[in-house]
Amino acid sequence: MPDASPIVELLKISKWFGSTPVLNKVDLPLYPGEVHALLGENGAGKSTLVKILCGVHLPDSGKVHINGEAVEFRGPAQARRAGIAVIYQEPTLFPDLSIAENIYMGRQPRGYGGFIDYSAMHRGVTAIMSQLGVPLRAEDPVLGLSIADQQIVEIAKALTFDAKVLVMDEPTAALSSAEVERLFNVVKKLRTQGVALLFISHRLEEVFSISQRITILRDGEFIATGSVADFTTDEVIRKMVGRVMTTLFPKEPAPIGEPVLTVRGLRRAGVFRDISFEVRRGEIVALAGLVGAGRTEVARAIFGIDPSDEGEISIEGKVLRDPDPTAAMQAGIALVPEDRQQQGLVTELSAKRNATLTLLRQLHRFGLMIPRLEKAVAREWTERLQFRGHLDEPVRVLSGGNQQKVVLAKWLATQPKLLIVDEPTRGIDVGAKAEVHRTLSELAKTGMGILMISSEMPEVLGMADRILVMHEGHITGEFSRSDANEEKIMAAAHGNA
Amino acid sequence: MGTLRNREYLSGNFGRLGQLWERWLRSRESWLILLLALLVIGTASMNARFLGPQNIKDLMLNVSLIALLAIGQSIPIIMRQIDLSVGSIVGITAFLSGLIFFGHPNTPSLVVFLVGTGVGLLLGAVNAGLIIWGRVPSLIATLGTLYIYRGADYAWVHGRQINAANVPSSFLALGNIGFLGVPLLMWIVILFLILIGTILRRLPMGRECYAIGSNPAAAILAGINLHRRVSIGFLFSGAIAGLTGVLWLARFGTVDATAGLGIEFQVVTAAVVGGVAITGGTGTVIGAALGALLLGVFNSALVVLRVPPFWQQAFQGTMLLVAISVDAYLAHRLAIRLRIKRSHV
Repeated sequence: MPDASPIVELLKISKWFGSTPVLNKVDLPLYPGEVHALLGENGAGKSTLVKILCGVHLPDSGKVHINGEAVEFRGPAQARRAGIAVIYQEPTLFPDLSIAENIYMGRQPRGYGGFIDYSAMHRGVTAIMSQLGVPLRAEDPVLGLSIADQQIVEIAKALTFDAKVLVMDEPTAALSSAEVERLFNVVKKLRTQGVALLFISHRLEEVFSISQRITILRDGEFIATGSVADFTTDEVIRKMVGRVMTTLFPKEPAPIGEPVLTVRGLRRAGVFRDISFEVRRGEIVALAGLVGAGRTEVARAIFGIDPSDEGEISIEGKVLRDPDPTAAMQAGIALVPEDRQQQGLVTELSAKRNATLTLLRQLHRFGLMIPRLEKAVAREWTERLQFRGHLDEPVRVLSGGNQQKVVLAKWLATQPKLLIVDEPTRGIDVGAKAEVHRTLSELAKTGMGILMISSEMPEVLGMADRILVMHEGHITGEFSRSDANEEKIMAAAHGNA
Repeated sequence: MGTLRNREYLSGNFGRLGQLWERWLRSRESWLILLLALLVIGTASMNARFLGPQNIKDLMLNVSLIALLAIGQSIPIIMRQIDLSVGSIVGITAFLSGLIFFGHPNTPSLVVFLVGTGVGLLLGAVNAGLIIWGRVPSLIATLGTLYIYRGADYAWVHGRQINAANVPSSFLALGNIGFLGVPLLMWIVILFLILIGTILRRLPMGRECYAIGSNPAAAILAGINLHRRVSIGFLFSGAIAGLTGVLWLARFGTVDATAGLGIEFQVVTAAVVGGVAITGGTGTVIGAALGALLLGVFNSALVVLRVPPFWQQAFQGTMLLVAISVDAYLAHRLAIRLRIKRSHV
C-alpha cells in the first residue's frame, strides 16, 4: 500500500567493522501502517542495520531519511526523540518498580506541589493497556512478568513516547504460541494507528502471517525486497542462503567407532527438550541452527555447567550422575566455549599458563608448580596446533586465531574422549580457520568424538559427518554428510522440516 | 518484606481493601512490627523491668541515633551503593561540636548544628567525588575514607576529650528532653522519616533512586542522570552523619576520638534487616528505622535477660544473615518459578 510516503527510509547504507564490510548499500523504507520483515541468516547484517536505524551506530556511507529529510542520529536518545522505538528480545526494565513506573520513568506526570500524580499515571497505563487489549495492571511489579508481558510494557512505553516507528528484534523468540498471537494482535492494532513496524524474526510462518513487505539480506548485501505476496517460503530460504561455497579444509575420512557420547531425552525447562543423539569415535557431529535455538545450552548441560531437569548423559556407556564440570572433565569431556575472552581464557595470564590450567593437578610436586613440566606440556600442544606467538606473552595480545589455539591446547592437554567446540572459528581469519579445521579433522582421526556447534553453513557442510539441526529447543532435523545441503538445513533451522 | 511485597505476584481476586491487606501482609514492615511485638511481650513477661519508663527512654535515645544514620544510609543502598564512612564522620563532627563549645561556650546551638551538618556534607562530597570522578566503587571508596576520616580524627583530637562540663547544659538538654513522652531525638527521626519517605515515594527524584538501584543500565536509557543522583545520595548520607555527630555530643556529653567507632556496621545491618536490599532497588526508610528499632530492642532484651554482652554482636550478625538469607531464598524460589512458568518450549 505504498501510496503514502515512507516515515523512515534508509538509503544505500554501508558499514564496515574494521576491514570487514557488514552492510553494503542496503535500502530499507518503512511505511506507516505496514509491517516490514527483515530476513537473513545469522550474520547477514540485520542487527547492524537495526542499530543504525536506532542511533547506536553511524553508517559509514548512506543516509537516514525521516519524512523525507536527512537526519544523523548521535545516540539512541536522538532516534527516540525522532519517534523510533526499539523492543529488544530481552527488555530492559526496572524489575523492582511497578509497570506504570517503568513506563513513565524519567517523565512522570506531576500534580500539586510537584508530587508524582500516580493516579494520572495509572489512568494513562490502563488506557494504553485496554487500547492494546492486554490485561496488565498498572500497579503490578515488573518482576515476575513473563518476557511477553515485559515486551508489552516496552511497547506501551514506546506508545507514550508517541513512537512512529517500532522496531522489534526477534520479539517472538522467547514467547509461547499464545503469547505470539497476543503480540500479533497488538501489532495489528498499531498498524491501524499508522505506526510503521520493522519486524525481525527467524520464524518464516510468522513473517508471512504478520508482514506486508519483506527485505532479504545476505552477507551484508541487499538481495531482494517486495510485497510478501510475491514470495514463497522456499524462495525466501533460497535467497537467504544461496551463497557460493568458499573453499575450506574438508574433514578427512576417519574410521567411525563406538559411541563416545550418548544423550537420552535431555530436557531443561524453558530451554530445550527431547534432546537425544550420540557422537561416535572419529566422528564430527555438527549442531546447526539459528542463534538462540538452544545449542550452546545443550553443550553447557552436557558439560555439567547448567543442570538439566530430565534425561541421561553417558560417556562410553557410563552414565554421568549429577554432572558438574569436574566430573565431566574426569569422564573425558572437554568444552571449548564460544566466548574465548570471557569463558575460555584468563586474558591477563600468559599463553603457557592458560594452556596448562586444566592440568594444574598433574603439574605440581608438594603443591608447587614445576615450571619445566608446565613448559613441556604447553609446548607439546601449542606446537601441534602450529601456535604462532610467544608462550610467555599474556593471551590478550594474541590474535583471535592464536587465542583459539591456546584454548584448544588447554583442553586437548587433558586428552579428552569427547571434544565439544562452540563456534570454533568465530572471529578468526581465514587462514587460521583452515588450521582449526585441519586440527579438528586430525583429532577425529585419532579416535576422538567431536561435537561442533556452528552457525557457519560452509563449516557445517565441510566438516561434519552428521548434522543435527536445532530449532527452538529441540532437534528438527538430522542429515548425513551426503544428503545434507544448505536449503535442507535452513528449512530445519526454521522449523520447516 | 520490602522485597517480598514487590517480588511476589499479587495473585487472586481481592477487592481494593483485600489488595491493601494482602500487600500489608507481604510487606517487610508488618513482619518487623510483628517480630518487635513478640520480642517485647516475650522479654517483658520474663522481666517486667524491661517496660520500665527509664528503660524505654534509654532504648529510644539509643535507637534514634542509629535510626537516623540508617535513614541516611538507605539512600546510597537503594541506589546499589554503600557508605561505610558514616561512623568516622560522626566521630569528627561530634568532637568538632564539643570543641566549638569548649572555645566559645556561648555559641548558639543552631550554629553548631549547621557547622556539624556542613562538615558532614563536605566529607560526603569527598566520597561522591571519589565514586563519580575517581570511578572507585563506593564499597572501596568509603572503606578508604572510613579509615582516612578516623585517622585524621585521631591525629587532630590527639588524646583530648570533651567533657559534659565543657558543653552548655541547654545543649545537653537537647539530648534528653522530650515532648508528649517522646524524646526530641526520636522526633527528629520521625521528621526525617516523613520528609525522606515522601521524597522517595512521591517525587521523581526519589523514584529515580529506585530505578538506578534496580537496573542502572536501564536508568541511563531512561535519561536519568545517574552521576548526579548518586552524588546527592552521598552528600545526603554525609550530612545526616554530620548531624548525628552533633546529636551524639548532646546525647552523651563526653566525646573523644572514638565517638561512633564501628557504628557503620550497625547502621548497615539495621537498613538491611529493615528490608533495604543491599542489591539496590527496594526498601523504605521506615523499614530501615524499624530495623534499627528491632536491633535496639533485641540488644536491650539481651541486657535485661542478663545474656553476656559478648553474645550481643553474635546475635546481631545472626539477624543480618537471616534477613539476607530469607531475601536470597525468596529470590531463588521466584527465579525457579519463573523458569518453569516460561517453560512452554
